[in-house]
Amino acid sequence: MLDLTYSLTFYLMAIIAVASALGVIFLRDVFRSALCLILLFMTVAGIYVMLHADFLAVVQILVYVGAISILIIVAIMLTRDARQGQPMGKIKWIAGPVALALIAVIAWGVLNTPFEVATAAPQEETVKPLGNLLFGNPGYLLTTEIAAVLLLSAILGAIAVIREK
Amino acid sequence: MTLLDQFQLFLKAQGWPEWAYYTVPALAGIVVIIGVVLAAVIVYIWWERRFVARIQIRLGPNRCGPEGIFQPIATAVKILLKEDIVPANADKVLHFIAPIVVFVPILMIFAVVPFDRGAILVDLNVGIVYVIAISSISVIGIFTASWASGNKYSFISGLRSISQMVSYEIPVVLSIVGVVLMTGSFSMIKIVEAQTVPFILLQPLGFLLFFMGALAEMNRSPFDLLEADSEIVAGYHLEYSGMKFAMFYLGEYGMALAYSAVITTVFLSGWQGPFLPGVIWFLVKVMLVFSVIVWIRSMMPRMRVDQLMSFAWKAMLPMALINLLVIAVEVLVIPSLQWLMLIINFGLAAVLILLFSRIFTLGGGRVEV
Repeated sequence: MLDLTYSLTFYLMAIIAVASALGVIFLRDVFRSALCLILLFMTVAGIYVMLHADFLAVVQILVYVGAISILIIVAIMLTRDARQGQPMGKIKWIAGPVALALIAVIAWGVLNTPFEVATAAPQEETVKPLGNLLFGNPGYLLTTEIAAVLLLSAILGAIAVIREK
Repeated sequence: MTLLDQFQLFLKAQGWPEWAYYTVPALAGIVVIIGVVLAAVIVYIWWERRFVARIQIRLGPNRCGPEGIFQPIATAVKILLKEDIVPANADKVLHFIAPIVVFVPILMIFAVVPFDRGAILVDLNVGIVYVIAISSISVIGIFTASWASGNKYSFISGLRSISQMVSYEIPVVLSIVGVVLMTGSFSMIKIVEAQTVPFILLQPLGFLLFFMGALAEMNRSPFDLLEADSEIVAGYHLEYSGMKFAMFYLGEYGMALAYSAVITTVFLSGWQGPFLPGVIWFLVKVMLVFSVIVWIRSMMPRMRVDQLMSFAWKAMLPMALINLLVIAVEVLVIPSLQWLMLIINFGLAAVLILLFSRIFTLGGGRVEV
């Protein structure tokens, strides 16, 4: 019974995710596309919850819904005629086949990969092992620090580029 | 073991089928939360009107019921009887969805608020991060409302909401990191249990930063630029009426309730206290926090937009970073000497606030930053 509830929830999430992903592409109103993207991020977070990755789910909402989608919305505010969207040009005759080919390649890759399923039980508390892995001694401390420095230098670079003389 | 777990075990012992003893406690929890939030919002609206009236040497609404306690219900009935108007050039679908997107995340915050020992819906091991993440969703609803209304004043309000949220979230998160460093856990229950001394005493600067950031995130005065009546009429809910407006109104007070509950949990040691039962202590502290919020509203003038932004980035962010650094060093070097931490942190708060009140100026009185 519980398995049935699980699969029902999963398929509900998956259908909403795919539908909103299609909405992102096919809606003409750019702002509605952005909202569909937010819905997609949230359903992905829901799927993370079902995989017992609660920290990842919360961070997904915090970063993607709370920050990145806000950035996208601000970028939309800088465009004109957001409700009509951009008229499609002649490029769609090239873009269509290329996109279809890309879908075919990705689908082939997904279908032909033998995915390994872990047999271990999911972690009850996810934050502490994650923290130990990121900041612990035999963990990824150096990589984490380098990523932080990289982001900082990107911010400084952005400031240097837009600074008035 | 939370109350819901006990309820679940009870149903299991009664021989209920498997799907029922999973879903019934969850639904019961949701219904209880909605009831508690609605009741508390009614009390909040009443208390805000009466308390502001006292501060302004008025009586406030006192006719409907004893001490005017039924006035919020009369307001609700009045709002619900209004015609639901949708502007002609509004985006109809988004105009309908926006109030729901504002209100639902606020209810979801209460899933991790511990009202008493065990009186919590789910003790997530990422509790406080969940609160921050979920509360950032409702700004999308506010922005959707302002965009879908097709009104330029609403739209200005939406832009302000985004910039305000993006700026004030950073000091809020940094001040919570200080608490998490001392607790060693994200779980709301563990945060409460770690507070033998409330964190408001151990981290006064963190508390002040979190409180101001929370004021900005729930759009209360002096950071209520979203609905600055003198500048942009009523902001994002300008084109709303009837039930949809009621959702925004509920959302506003629900957000105040949620943030006062979170402040109580994180900084005022939650349900802990002598003599009285935990839930009474919790409610007393929540009302106290809300009273301070109302007090600030009636005392402070509204900030200007440029003041708002530069206050977040030039004053609160550096203070939060210095505070976090000092707390990290303290947790590393003197983890057991709480009295020493208390003295150092109070000194730090006094020095930093004095220092920033000296150096924080905005273009010598000109409107530029």
